[in-house]
Formats: sequence, C-alpha cells, structure tokens
Amino acid sequence: MSAVPMQAAPQYAPALQPTYLNVQRTIRSWLLTTDHKRIALLYMVSITFFFFVGGVAATLMRLELLTPRAELVTSETYNKLFTIHGVVMLWFFLIPSIPTVLGNFLVPLMIGARDVAFPRLNLASWYLFMVGGAFTLFSIITGGVDTGWTFYTPYSSTYSNGHVVAMAAGIFIAGFGSIATGLNFIVTVHTMRAPGLTWWRLPIFIWSLYTTSIILVLATPVLAITLALMALERIFGVGFFNPAIGGDPLLFQHLFWFYSHPAVYIMILPGMGVVSELIPCFSRRPLFGYKFVAVASVAIGVLGFLVWGHHMFVSSQSIYAGMIFSILSFMVSIPSAIKVFNWTATLYKGSIRFQTPMLYALFFIGLFTIGGLTGLFLACLAIDVHVHDTYFVIAHFHYIMVGGMVMAYLGGIHFWWPKITGRMYPELPAKLAALTVFLGFNLTFFPQFILGYLGMPRRYPVYAPEFQVLNVLSTAGASILAVGYLLPLTYLLWSLRYGRIATPNPWEATGLEWTTHSPPPKDNFETTPLVTAGAYKYDSQAAEAQREVAHV
Amino acid sequence: MNANASAVRTYILTEIALLGLLALTICVAYLNLGLLNPIIAGAISVTSATLIILNFMHVRHSKPLLWIFVAAGFFWLGIMFALALSDFLTRHWR
Repeated sequence: MSAVPMQAAPQYAPALQPTYLNVQRTIRSWLLTTDHKRIALLYMVSITFFFFVGGVAATLMRLELLTPRAELVTSETYNKLFTIHGVVMLWFFLIPSIPTVLGNFLVPLMIGARDVAFPRLNLASWYLFMVGGAFTLFSIITGGVDTGWTFYTPYSSTYSNGHVVAMAAGIFIAGFGSIATGLNFIVTVHTMRAPGLTWWRLPIFIWSLYTTSIILVLATPVLAITLALMALERIFGVGFFNPAIGGDPLLFQHLFWFYSHPAVYIMILPGMGVVSELIPCFSRRPLFGYKFVAVASVAIGVLGFLVWGHHMFVSSQSIYAGMIFSILSFMVSIPSAIKVFNWTATLYKGSIRFQTPMLYALFFIGLFTIGGLTGLFLACLAIDVHVHDTYFVIAHFHYIMVGGMVMAYLGGIHFWWPKITGRMYPELPAKLAALTVFLGFNLTFFPQFILGYLGMPRRYPVYAPEFQVLNVLSTAGASILAVGYLLPLTYLLWSLRYGRIATPNPWEATGLEWTTHSPPPKDNFETTPLVTAGAYKYDSQAAEAQREVAHV
Repeated sequence: MNANASAVRTYILTEIALLGLLALTICVAYLNLGLLNPIIAGAISVTSATLIILNFMHVRHSKPLLWIFVAAGFFWLGIMFALALSDFLTRHWR
C-alpha cells in the first residue's frame, strides 16, 4: 500500500520519542489501558501462558503413548489430559491468537486509525478472556473434566463426574470476549479507515480479520446457547439432548458443530491473512490476484457455516443430510485452493528472501495444503466411515491448526516483532527454530496419518502393539517440536534487551504500519495518513537488481 | 415532548408489551391446543424478539448498513435451521 503522510514525519531519534511502551510505566497503566497495542501485549502474554498449559497436557499424552499399555497415567487421567489440551489450545490459544494479538496490534495501524472503535470494550474483552481462563483453570486444578473438548451429550450432561459446568462457564465467558473483539473489528474497519483507503486497497490481513470477526459474531452466540442448554440439562434435568427425558440425541452435535466448524475458520483465516502479507514482502512481488484472495476469504467464511454435518457422518445423522454436507464440504476447497495457488503464483519470478517469517509462510503453504487435501478424504462419506475418530483425523486437523495456524502466528510474530518491540530478533537462531519446528511437527503428526489409516482410534491410552513404532516416532517428533517452541520464547525475550534497534521499516514492506515509528507512539501516527494506491506495491525487478549490485 | 422523554416512553411501552407477552406465554402453556401450542408460542417469541431488536437495540432508527447486519443474522439462523432440518426430517430411525 502506498501511503503519503499529510505532513512529513519529523526525524528524531526513536529513543527520545515517547512510545506506547514507555509513555506510562506503572502496572496500573497496563491493567487499565485502552491502547489497542498494549491490550495486544496483554493478550500475547496470556495466550503464551495458556499455550504452555495445553502443551504440558499434550506432552504427558505423548509420553503415555510411548508404550502400548497405560503405564504413566490411568485411563481417566488420560481422558482429562486430552480434554485440557483441547479446551485450552482451542479456546485459550488458537482462537484468540492472531485476532487478539496481531489483530489488536495491527488493525488500527494498518487502516491508519488511532485505535479501535471501542477501546474500553477492547479492554473488557481481555478481562472476559481472563475470567473465562480462570474458570477453566479452576476446573483443571480441582480435578479436571473428562468429556473431551466437544462436551458431547448425554455423557457431559448426565454421567461425567468432573467440573463440566465450571469449564463450560469458562468457555461461555471467554466467548463473550470473542464476540466483543469481533464486533470491535467490524466497526473499526467500517468506520475508521484512513482517507483514500478503499475496500480494494485494504491489506488481505484486514480482509481476513474482517471475515473472522463476522464469523465470531455470528457463530459464538450459538456455542454460548449450546453450553447453557447442556448446563441446564445437567443441573436441572431439562430435556434438550437426552432422549430419556424428551431431548433429541443429535441436537447437541448440530448446535455444537454449527459453531465449532466455523471456529476452524476463525483459527485459519487470520493465518491466511498473515501469510498474504509475508509472501509478497519476501518475494518482492504484488500479491497475485489480490481481489480473488480477498473474496476467497469471505467465501471461506460463508461456506464454512454450511459444512458442520461432516463431523456427524457416523452419528446416525440421515444419509441425505450426510450427502448434502459432504458436497458442501468439498466446495470449501475451492476458495482455499484459490489462496494457495495465488500465493504460489506470487512467488513466481519473485526476488525471494528466506528470512524467518518467509520460512514460516512457506511451511504454512505446504502443511496447510496437506491438511486441506486430507480434509477432502474426510469429507468423503465412505472414507470417513473408515477413518472417523482415528488418528487420521488428529493428524488432519493438526496439519491445519498447528502446521497452518501456529506457523502463521510464529511467522507473524517474527515479522511484526520489530514494530511491536522496537528490537530485531536474532536471525540465525530464529531460522534454526523454524526448521526445528517444521521437522518436529512433521515427525509428530505424519506417522499419525498412517496410524489412523491402519485403524488406531483416538482418545485411548492403550493401543495394539503393532502401532508402537509409529507412536514412538510421533513422541520423538513432539520432543523436537517442544524444543522448537521453547527456542523463540528464549531468543525473543533476549532480544527485548539485547536485540538490534529496529528501524521503522526493517523489511522495506508496504503497508501503513511501516510508515510509523518502531515501536509506534501512543496515538500510532503523528499525522493522519493519506492512502493513494492499493496494497503490495513491490517491485521484484528493482529488488533483484539491488541484490545483484550487492553481490558484485 | 423532547427526544429523551420520547425514548423513555418507548422503553416503558416496550417493557409493558414484553411482560404482557410473557403472561400470554404462561397462559397458553396451560391450555391444550394441540398443534396450535408451538405455533402460538413461536409467534409470541418472534414478536418479543422483534420488539427488542427494534426498540431496545435501536435498530428502528439505525442506518441501512445495520439493517443488513441484522438481516444477515437471521439469514444465518435460517441456514442453521434449514440444514439441521435436512437431518431431522429425513431420518430413517425417527
């Protein structure tokens, strides 16, 4: 995006310029801040904590699965571990990750605004998230829940002995934070764009966040209602889902997946937005088919609401409904493929630089493609009957969620780290960490495709002895993956003190966020930017010529 | 009458109407009208929701863009009902 500040920005040393980080230094100023950038950092610290809580649960599960018998934990504890892992990773890491951290930080900066439309509501969202997280931690500490993250009835509403209602209440409360964040972004994008910033000039990250926000606002209330109905049935015995007291046995699954399948797109669309920023910048080319990529985001958001029944192919849902959901599920692959092809076409004849954010973006494309294509297997009725509830499904959605979303999150964090902190991260350890994550991830999850295809069911601590080799490989991969995740935590914290001072635009990227200081001042821009051209005005030939001169 | 007093009057009238509809719901629940019971209950809830959306949520005096968002919400609700019914109405095991 080409941007012209209305007045030239004064040139003075960044250290003398008060930034959003040092304008006030008290704890109170952080906990009561309405600055979108500080709220983004509050979220970053919070979700990092929850990521490691979910990670500990995953580590214990993988350790248990080293041997075919339940030697480390009991079956009941194993049930609680996969519930903790699912609930925490989904609602307290993946769903909030890019929208609340990078989204909160970047949406106003990318559209040339001083803040989001409702700054106090933004802070309230974080508090709702934290209260929800506290409820969830309470239910974990006081004994846990063994229902799985899906809370299927009638087990959750009738038989389970854990703190089901407390954990559901945590998700319910955090959900209101999500709705408020989504609403904030929708109103911000509609009403606070800089002069000249038309819809077709918006960065794809904004298109993705906008679509994500629409999904958040439309889908999350259904989850809240579903969990409330489940709690009512559990506490008061009102028959919604249990056929023994007049309920419908599949209604819970219909309502739950009406939210939870779009939730997959809440998780992956922001990742696609990040990748759409990284690929043009590090190949120095305009994004190929910008309008198609933008509209594909919206199409994914819309189609994502029409496919929930593919989670219910073996639930006794009618065959007719299964066929409809199968066809609709195949259709989602069209806009997803448009994005993948357009990112790849952007690389063609580009002047590609393999810096850390680009490595993560390239990993995203490959891993998301594998995750997406195996999703087509699962959308096929006959194959799904064979692999349903096996490790094939686990591998498929981890390729999307971890191979896709977490890669994009890490890529985005590295890309905007100089803008967020005013410091550069060290490039060599970052590249090594990226490669470690990539290797560890594939070693963890690729064997699970084979395990699932061979019939190993999910959610059991015991398995047939012939599956042990692949499980050992998977656990070894998880160890490497854990190292890969700890490395960025270490060197990014190190860089806060010892990292090189960042210039306003270290990547020579386009976009309004790069026209202000690193880190930005409290009100983002000294003067309101005036946008005069579309996004991604990169010149690969000039970049290549510059590179040749540098190598002479 | 100034704008504030008019708004308060609208709120009070809406609240009275909602309480009246609530009383009607309770009365109808005690009558055995067969198939009419769910139809009447549905009609009452739609009326209540419409009153809340138009008056309490201020949609009546809002810009067309907001009407589009409200319509989108109902369209999405329609999607949920339609696709869920594609299962409920065609089950072989009902």
